[in-house]
Amino acid sequence: MDSAILDAFFEECEDLLAALAEGLSDMRDGATDAETVNAVFRAVHSIKGAAGAFSMQALVGFAHTFETVLDAVRSGNLETGDALLKVLQRAGDILSDLVEAEQTGTTVDPSHVTPVMAELEGFLGNKPAPEDDFSFDAVTLDFADGAEGNDYITQFKPTTAFYECGHDPLLLIQALADLGDIDVTCETSAIPELAEDFDISSGYLAWRVVVRNQTSDLAIREVFAFVEDLCDLTIELADTNPDIDLSEQQGYATKFTDPNPQSPANECPAPSRPQQAPAERRSSLRVDPERVDRLINAVGELIINQSVISQRIREANLPSSSDLFSDLDDYKLLAREIQEGVMAIRAQPVRPLFQRMLRIAREAAEATGKSVSIVTDGEMTEVDKTVVERLGDPLTHMIRNAIDHGIELPQARLDAGKSGTGTLRLSASQKSGNIVIEITDDGAGLNRPKIREIAIEKNLITATTQLTEQEVDHLLFAPGFSTASEVTNLSGRGVGMDVVKTAIVELGGKIGISSVTGQGTTFTISLPLTMAVMEGMVINVSGQTMVVPITSILETVRPASTDLAKIGIDGNLLRIRGDYVPIIDLGARLGHDQQDTPLTEKVLILIQTEAITQCALAVDDIFDQRQIVVKSMQGNYGEIAGISGATILGDGKIALIIDPESIAGVGPVPLSDSVAPIATQQEMRHAG
Amino acid sequence: MQDNSEIQQDPQIEFVTLIAGGQSFCIEITQIREIRRWTPVTMLPHSPDHVLGVINLRGAVIPIIDLAAKLGFQPITPTERHVIIIVAISDRIVGLLVESVSAILGIRSSMVKETPRSSEDDAVKAIEGIIPQENDMTKIISLRSLLPSSGGIAA
Repeated sequence: MDSAILDAFFEECEDLLAALAEGLSDMRDGATDAETVNAVFRAVHSIKGAAGAFSMQALVGFAHTFETVLDAVRSGNLETGDALLKVLQRAGDILSDLVEAEQTGTTVDPSHVTPVMAELEGFLGNKPAPEDDFSFDAVTLDFADGAEGNDYITQFKPTTAFYECGHDPLLLIQALADLGDIDVTCETSAIPELAEDFDISSGYLAWRVVVRNQTSDLAIREVFAFVEDLCDLTIELADTNPDIDLSEQQGYATKFTDPNPQSPANECPAPSRPQQAPAERRSSLRVDPERVDRLINAVGELIINQSVISQRIREANLPSSSDLFSDLDDYKLLAREIQEGVMAIRAQPVRPLFQRMLRIAREAAEATGKSVSIVTDGEMTEVDKTVVERLGDPLTHMIRNAIDHGIELPQARLDAGKSGTGTLRLSASQKSGNIVIEITDDGAGLNRPKIREIAIEKNLITATTQLTEQEVDHLLFAPGFSTASEVTNLSGRGVGMDVVKTAIVELGGKIGISSVTGQGTTFTISLPLTMAVMEGMVINVSGQTMVVPITSILETVRPASTDLAKIGIDGNLLRIRGDYVPIIDLGARLGHDQQDTPLTEKVLILIQTEAITQCALAVDDIFDQRQIVVKSMQGNYGEIAGISGATILGDGKIALIIDPESIAGVGPVPLSDSVAPIATQQEMRHAG
Repeated sequence: MQDNSEIQQDPQIEFVTLIAGGQSFCIEITQIREIRRWTPVTMLPHSPDHVLGVINLRGAVIPIIDLAAKLGFQPITPTERHVIIIVAISDRIVGLLVESVSAILGIRSSMVKETPRSSEDDAVKAIEGIIPQENDMTKIISLRSLLPSSGGIAA
């Protein structure tokens, strides 16, 4: 099989599975209207149809049962109770597993599939039959396993594109013949009379096929599943009794599976509602991500080049009246506009990511026997594609943690006076240049004495170390820390929160915790809007050029001697607007050679981040504020305390980017270096 | 044309030989990306002695390691005459500062002798085999054991 076609199939499956997950989650939220159910049905049906073409038997078989149940739901023959919704959710999960298995060439363990399949079949078997007993109205006839079949008139007129794609009408007619007895009429009136008007590549023929004795038009539509867009297709009941016709139209509307709103036929008067969903879908462009990445790299180089040129021009000492400066500003603006435009190509809503998390949470809740309701918020928040991709693992881990360790068992919750069902909230929002993702549970909160105990046991701190609650919480992120006293199936697979933190930091983000005992825990991940470019202040530290991210800088101060105060032997404080903040000598903290420059000759950069209170970094000089292209150091080198990455300056040299949080000592404490930061924390507390 | 089976059993391997700490070493050629002259580096804070810093290699940030110091010899004082060998280890790209690069050596894999385990200093641990030569021998450096992938070079 042509792999390009197969790829297209899997790409489409991805979209369909997303639509399926979305629809199922809407249904779970109480939306059981025809439109939603239809969207779900359509997704499953399309997957089944396409999978059939590739003879993926396992997938087709499962999708068929799934589809049959959904069909019963949308025809109203099956009540959408909690139990059914749960099974449908799981069926959706299995379906996506099966698709994935086909893609990777593996198979799904039948022990996962069979029970769900059995449950689905169970619903079919227990299908309440009252409607069948009451009457033989058209709807019932149409959808249930009606004993009598109807004749369907199928009319189709292939377009030129149909033939260009290499389709053959004869094969379609033969496929229809396989469904039952057919009568075929060929409509030849469109053929031009004059030979010179005859375009050999056009299709002039139309066919009218009456298919006898069908229970529904489903099978017929399946025959046309691949060419729906390529021909004018109408399928209608042959029986034109006005009463039945009316209800048939209704049934038709809910059952219309054609995803293309253009092709529908006049015979189908009421399809506007069911078609709304596809119509809403924004048109999109499929582009090989590599092309976008190349573009982004090129834009990164453009930004660097722009700063090179700016620097060169400044060095040329041109008169300030020169037009060149305004042109240069234009260049800067344009470069920035291009950069923003390119980054926007990669922006994606977090919705698919969240939907995946819903599944993880569901499975985790099932495995732990906890009752958890999962709420998501801000699903349409857009973030960089890389973020969506790389956030999957950390989020999975955190959600499993929250359910495994955070939320209590139902009985314990009831005992604590809470509702038996825990709530896990996953939200995304955009706050001042950052994307903020929060994972909140209303569980027991962090067990701080236990965290302390474990940290001491693992030699992360000593028994006498004094820590604030916040510092205790941050111990969770220390390498080698895991609170699970036994390795559970869910979390605790040898990776801890430090891996989560590393992944977030690699994305240029930060993670914070807040926890109230008995009320729950919130993890806050904040990520930069764009991965590749950030605003930075270029500084000089002991002769090295470095960059401090603008987002963490409050202000810069050239201190007078009256603004400075001593504390302890080496500690210095800066008095600013009546408050005292600790001063950190950046050069000394980074281990550079110490020159005894008095603080009054240095520049102080006042910084503040989520996890730390204010502190002032003493640096030798400030050069400039500019956009920088962030290059990761992690891949080739590894994590460096105090450094979050590197950038390339106008002269081609590398400047390291300061990580204010770890400089201030609250970030991950590398074991080899653990003495200094803890001293700082104490310093800071004295200061506060 | 040679007998296929013979080639399979005893494939030809190529090495680049180099001098570090006054001794001859070699690195399998497929692990080497390029060889460049020494250029000044940007220093890294809290780095071990054998890590000199990072350089800009066509937009990528590449750490530079003093191979002599890493193997336990006297650190090299880099000058214009020294050479950086850019190597790829798994997904990582790293530059190794050496005193000089000598030649490309093509041998049959059967010619590689096992490292005699007499002493266990850093230099010996990183050697995965030795190749005898006319008057001398050269030692094959295992980049994987020299620069283990997990934890980065910083650790």
